[in-house]
Formats: sequence, C-alpha cells, structure tokens
Amino acid sequence: MGKETEEIRKIKPGRPDWFWFLFPSLLLIVLFFFLPIVITLIISGTNMSSTTGFHAWKWVGLNNFRKIAILPETADHFWLTVKYVAVTLAFFNIGMALVVSIITTHISRGTGFFFRALWLLPRITPTVTYVMMWKFLGANAPYGVFNQLIIQPLGLAPQNWVAASSFLFIVLVNGYIGASFGMIIFTSAIEAIPKDITIASLVDGASMLQRIRYVILPYIKWPLLFVTTYQTLSLMTSFEQIMVLTDGQFNTEVWSLWAYHKALQNYWGNFQWGFGNALAAVLVVVGIILGIIYLRYFKFNELVQDPKIESL
Amino acid sequence: MKINKLFTKSFPYILLIILTLPIILGYLWIVITTFSTRIYGLIPVDQSGNYFRGLTLSNWTFLTDKTKTLNVSIWLLTFNTLIIAVGLTVGVVLISMMAGYALSRIKFPGRKPFLSLTLILHSFPSVTLLIAIYFVLRWIARIPILGRGIPIIGGFGYNTLGGVILVSIALQLPLGIWLMKGFFDNVSWDLERAALIDGCSRWRTWWQIMVPQIMPGIAALSIFSFMEGWKSFLIPYSFMTSHARATLSTLLNEMMSESSPTDYGTLAAVGLFQLLPIIIFYLFTQKYLLNIFSGGVKGTA
Repeated sequence: MGKETEEIRKIKPGRPDWFWFLFPSLLLIVLFFFLPIVITLIISGTNMSSTTGFHAWKWVGLNNFRKIAILPETADHFWLTVKYVAVTLAFFNIGMALVVSIITTHISRGTGFFFRALWLLPRITPTVTYVMMWKFLGANAPYGVFNQLIIQPLGLAPQNWVAASSFLFIVLVNGYIGASFGMIIFTSAIEAIPKDITIASLVDGASMLQRIRYVILPYIKWPLLFVTTYQTLSLMTSFEQIMVLTDGQFNTEVWSLWAYHKALQNYWGNFQWGFGNALAAVLVVVGIILGIIYLRYFKFNELVQDPKIESL
Repeated sequence: MKINKLFTKSFPYILLIILTLPIILGYLWIVITTFSTRIYGLIPVDQSGNYFRGLTLSNWTFLTDKTKTLNVSIWLLTFNTLIIAVGLTVGVVLISMMAGYALSRIKFPGRKPFLSLTLILHSFPSVTLLIAIYFVLRWIARIPILGRGIPIIGGFGYNTLGGVILVSIALQLPLGIWLMKGFFDNVSWDLERAALIDGCSRWRTWWQIMVPQIMPGIAALSIFSFMEGWKSFLIPYSFMTSHARATLSTLLNEMMSESSPTDYGTLAAVGLFQLLPIIIFYLFTQKYLLNIFSGGVKGTA
C-alpha cells in the first residue's frame, strides 16, 4: 500500500491543487460571512446612519449597546422573541413534528406518505404566497376561511384574526413550515427502530402511549436534541414570514426584525446602521456560541477523518 | 366494545386530518380564488353577493397585461426570477462540487478547521448578516465592470441580479459543500486511485471520474437550489430596489401590501403562477428532495 502512495506522490508532485478547488468557496465565505461579521461588529461601535452618511460618522464605543440596555422597548422585543421561539419550538418544530411522524409511521404506508407530502408543501411554497394564504385564512368576515367555516357556525363574533391574535398567527405561520424539518428527521429515525423491539413491546402488551414513552422517545433522543438546537437558532433569527405577515405590527416585532427595520427599512427613512448592527451583533454572537456548542455536541471528529487516498 | 375499537382505529386519522386542516384549506383557497370574482370562505361569490356564482378567468389577465403595481410585464419578472434560480443552481452546484471533492479526497493543511468552519456556518443564522452584506454589495458595486457593467445579470454589486445571485450562493454554500463532501466520501477509493496512478490530473479525475459517480447528489442539490432561488424573497427584496429587477416574490409582496381582501383574486393567481412550477417539480423529484431536507444534516445527527 505504502509503495503505491509513493508512486502517486512521484507522479503528482505537491502542487496545491486543493487551493484552486477551494478558492471560489473561500472567496465567497470571506466576502459574505467573515467580512459581514467584522463589519457588523465594527459598525455597531459607530453612530453611522443615513443622517451621518458614510463619511461623517463617529466612534461611539459601546454606546449603542448601552442604548439597547436602557431602551424601554428592548424588554418587549426580547421577551416576545423568547416567547415566540419557545412556543413555536415546543408546539410545532418538536411537538407537531413528533405527533405527525409517529402517526404517519403507524398507519398505512401510502397514507402516511401522502400526509407527509402535504406537510412539506409549506416548506417549498414561496414565502409570500404562503403567507398570503394565512392572511386570507384569518381575514375578517365575509372573506376569511376560518370565520366562514369555524367561527360563525359556532356563533362567535368574526374578526380579522391576524390582527386580533397576531402572536398565535406568527406561531402558526412559522410552525407549519418548521414542523416538516423535525418530521422528516424523526420519521427516518422511527423507521430505523429495530423491528424486534417494536414486536417485543407489542407482545408484552404495551399500549401506544407506553410504546411512545419507553420505545420511540429513547430511540430518537439524539435527533430530538439535534432538531431542538438547530431550530432554536433558526427561529431566533428568521423574520421573513413575520415581516410579510404583519411587518412587526400588532406586537410582533421580534428581535431580528427589529434590527432589520432599524438598519434597512423604516417609515422615517432614517437608516440607523450603527444601532441596527448592534442589535444584529447580539444575534451574531449568540449564533457563534451556539454554533460552537452544537459542533462539540454532535461527535464532529468522527465526521472529519483524514481522506484515505493519502493515508492508505 | 366494537365502537370503542373503531374509535381507537380511526382516532389517528381524525387527529391527523384536523392537524393538517389549515394546510388543506389554505391550498384549496388559493386554487378556488384564482377562478372567482370574489370568495367568501371557500365559496365563490359574484359582484352582487350570490353564492356559487362569479367563476371567471379575469384574474389571469396579468399574464398578458402589464401589472398595475409595478408597470412591467410579468414575463420580465418571471425571467428575472428564472435567472436567479438558474444562477444560484449553477453556482452552488459547481462551487460545492469543487470544495466538497477537495475536502473529501485531498489531504492539506487546514482541512479540519475548514470542515468545522463549514459546519458552524451551516448552522450559523446568516440572515443576521444581511445588514452588513448590504455594505459589502455597495462596495462591490463600485468596482468597474464587475460592479454593475455586465449584461443580463447587471453585475455583482448592490441592486443587480448578479449581486443577489452571489449572496444567495454564498449563504447556501455551507449546506452544498457539506452535502457534496458526503457524497464524494461514498465513492470507491480504488476507482480514484486507479485514475491517479494512470497519471490523471486531480482536475481530470474530479471531472471525468468522480463527478459522474455522484449524479444523484448533484441532482438533489440542483433541485433544491433551483427551488430556493425561484421562491427566494428576502434577499431580492433587500438588495434589488428598482422595479425592472423585481422578482415574482417581490411583486406579490408589493401587490399584497396595497390591496384589500376584495381583490385577492389576482394576487392568488400570481401566487399560484409562481407556485405551479415548484409543485410540478416537487411531484417528480420528491425522492431526491427528501434526501436533501434531511440529508443536509444526516451526517451530524
């Protein structure tokens, strides 16, 4: 074996091919990940805004962060974000994902597959179209589907539910997309549970609930943990759906949307790049920390063995 | 006893249907609305409020007329959307194939750090960087020719199709690299070793021997990237401001913000127009796609 490797080395003297293979990726990662991280941190230390322009700005040190700490609305945005992430995660990205994957793996194969395909639709539908659907489901009478089919037959007062129950709607809109991620992962994990274990539990007369508690859940512990960490991060920072649905009205301005509005879009036309970047910097730091923890947790070293071609 | 058993049998189905109801109703609504003058719940209604009347094709006139909202043809916007989708697909697939191969098959200093980096970036919330990316694009825009002097895509700077494509590629790259590396890992070593011993260069080995072996992976990544590009909203919305460079998503968003529920017919039609190619694609390629929705993270779970 060693001899052959030497032969390869002789034929191909150490030209850094690898460098050119990696060059385009490196360039893009530097341009659109590294540089932006650095820019975020640097600009968060300035008072740069559309009033100061790109030249007349000043260093303000940690003032932007102090401002974040002092502002009365900070607590609102913070707790809204925490509540939104926790509720969506618990009820949809984990809860609903578990329920759907357990049911669809225990009914006939075709039906299960059909329902999982339905659940994937929100994920592949263009965001704006998808959010429009929800807007109309919740629209006021006589238009809205919920009002026509559920609220009015029950004799309750119809209203515009997107405005009236805005928190519920941002959870629903994101939850129905988010659930499919866990659903796919849990489904393949449940299908991988050895058949004899399922049969043994059946022979022992375990009820469905007992099977879920003592067979299925222990088996999908890792996927469960993985989906939780991964989805926490993406829920915390994604704001696209909320922006299209309410644009932060009706108390739905989560932290990431707040940052985006301050820096790139607001009604006054005064773009506060410094302050907006400070808000984003908070998320960037949390993202980096969680990313590293996540890397530690998921047995990374097993995945990065040396390539065999040169260690044969 | 019998009823009890029937209940236990049908309970999962009932629960599943109730949970799935919003999805079913939502998509039903969109299809019915596009062919109705107005709609109450799921029932088409005509101008004077008669139920089950008012079926029409007038919501689809946007296909031939300029859209009122942006005063440009829908086909120009479709073309823009297509350019983004195709550009993103070609870019992500090609660049990920190169990097994935090097990371899977070549030993070089810095390989492990680079791999951990891709993995961290894969989970890194890239939307938080949008504000800073705005600055990078403005800076690129000032580079002559590359910035804003390229036909069709405009260039790679702020307010160009190329810029949007470039940002989209970059943000999708960690997933692509990780996926391609996984596929290259599974190709037989003997095949490659034979090629190298026979004096094939790394580049030829990559292109002629290795790439054909991972076609299923390439297919999966291509389909996924195309869909992401076709439906993307936030990046085009943030970085392309002129109407001539709008995409279907940004048009729809603009229309939605200025209409009342009475004339959602046209809106739904535009939405369905954008959704249809994706659904058709999805029906035929589900197998590949399921691979990537979970496969992008398979190695890590």
